[in-house]
Amino acid sequence: MELHRKAQAGTFESSDIMILIEPLKNKEGRKLEISSSVMLQYGDMLSELVNNILDKYEIENVHLIAKDKGALEPTIIARLETAITRALNQQKGTLL
Amino acid sequence: MKNAINREIPNKIKYIGELEPFMGAWEKLKKGWMDEISVPPPNKAKLPHQKKICDTLKEAILKTNPQSGMTLTYHHHLRNGDDILVKAISILAELGIKDITLASSSLNESHDALLRYLEDGTITKIWSSGIRGELGKAISKGILKNPVVIHSHGGRVRAIHTGKIKPDLTIIPAASADEEGNATGAHGKSAFGSIGYARIDARYGKQVIVVTDNLVDYPCNPIGIRQDFVDYIVKVDSIGDPTKIASGTTRITKSPMDLRIAKLAADVIEHSGLFDEGFSFQVGAGGASLAVAKFIREKMKHKNIKGSFMLGGITSYCVEMLKEGLFKTLFDVQSFDAEVSYSLLNNKHHIEIPASLYANPFNCGCMTNKLDVVALGALEIDTDFNVNVITGSEGNIRGASGGHSDTASGAQLTVIVCPSFRGRIPIVTKKVHTVVTPGESVHVLVTERGICVNPKFPELEKRLNKAGIKTRKIEELEKEVDEIVGTAKPIKFTDKIVGLIEYRDGTIIDVIRQVAEC
Repeated sequence: MELHRKAQAGTFESSDIMILIEPLKNKEGRKLEISSSVMLQYGDMLSELVNNILDKYEIENVHLIAKDKGALEPTIIARLETAITRALNQQKGTLL
Repeated sequence: MKNAINREIPNKIKYIGELEPFMGAWEKLKKGWMDEISVPPPNKAKLPHQKKICDTLKEAILKTNPQSGMTLTYHHHLRNGDDILVKAISILAELGIKDITLASSSLNESHDALLRYLEDGTITKIWSSGIRGELGKAISKGILKNPVVIHSHGGRVRAIHTGKIKPDLTIIPAASADEEGNATGAHGKSAFGSIGYARIDARYGKQVIVVTDNLVDYPCNPIGIRQDFVDYIVKVDSIGDPTKIASGTTRITKSPMDLRIAKLAADVIEHSGLFDEGFSFQVGAGGASLAVAKFIREKMKHKNIKGSFMLGGITSYCVEMLKEGLFKTLFDVQSFDAEVSYSLLNNKHHIEIPASLYANPFNCGCMTNKLDVVALGALEIDTDFNVNVITGSEGNIRGASGGHSDTASGAQLTVIVCPSFRGRIPIVTKKVHTVVTPGESVHVLVTERGICVNPKFPELEKRLNKAGIKTRKIEELEKEVDEIVGTAKPIKFTDKIVGLIEYRDGTIIDVIRQVAEC
């Protein structure tokens, strides 16, 4: 799917993750910048999860920044999906 | 060789000699004496009316005739506000002194600037109860050839008595002192309260320098450090940053999770059978541990119970409880905020104690032995109830042993209060990175996800259950946590040993290995 606009979800609080997402032009691919307070322990899992969610939404051309402060998996998924649906203009109730 | 908790310990470390493996928390004490001989403290002489005052720290250090290979001992009552240790080491480095053994009662972020002196060989060995900040990281990466030794507050006194730490030069920053060297931390612009950790250094230092930014008319009162042990006195403009040494009052955490844990812990204490008239109590200085005091305070008022004493690191919260008459006495080895200094100076029931009386295992009874209840924090705790308070989740040295193992060993009820995980890092785990406090001295773990009683104490569990407090198996809790956070990728270590963890009796309970570069 094609993203329409920039969006974000999450906070910089401990145990949360901040997701910033913006569309890239066709064929530019995925540009991911992932950082985490638990990079050593969970960095690989986090990258894999981000890619899986992007796969699920069939998003190929995207610039995504994830700043993780030790969020649990359900939190990460929720923040990612929120940011994506906002960028897709699909989220009901979100003020534009 | 393997020690009693199955940790692999080297037989020998070059600069220390043969190592004795940990045998059990009370094994060495059972005999009633210590086999190692106590070394005699130095004898000294001064002529009547001989002047001890020096104009600068450098002048005083020069008079002590410093030599390469010497041991410098120091105290950490200035906490993060300390300006003197880095200055002293830089003077020694300037004089070309190398190969210093630094034995400070603890090291923290204010000592980050020492890093270059570890790099250039000025400092080659370290004994301390804790190491934080950049030093901890660098040591974990293997900056020193020799492993550092981490001891407890009580263990440090023993190490000095037995000559494992030989203080050639002792530097004692003090908030006030007189021209003969009587000194205190209780008043002055840089007041830090109790000077309890430095008392053993003063007694054993071959050369003792007191540094103060408040030189008072003779005599300085109260006498924390005695003039008959002090060689030189230096007046400086400032011994450190007062706002970082001790400021204001310590507040109870507002974190709902810490409060929840603390409340559960107070329930456990209430129904442990020890919560009675005359009970004695110790808590840490922050987080859930200090918050336990809040709920105990309420319960004491509610049940009209008066305690005997509070011990250890004293915060303004303890002072409040003393003022309310909830406890008869505060025994203060280390004061955590400015309010405490005021109380120490003005309330005769608030008593400064030396580290030896606080926690040294080898005497006729330290005060930790008289404790009923202690509530302590943890960086990690494993299913054998072993506690890590020294290495962080990435394997780096970043904490302090402090009085953790001393109080756990002494108290009739040791309660560990901590969240089950913190920012996705499991706190309750199968095997802690580093053992500081052995599980056999831990009675109960209280987390937000449940209370686990050490199976070595079935009576306690029965008692709690009977009072309606639910308990669960620690293995079950560990599994639940693991499922929530996801199994972490293990941290990689090399074979190089960067730190030894001394148990309070001098045996080695664990080692810290170098973190592998990745």
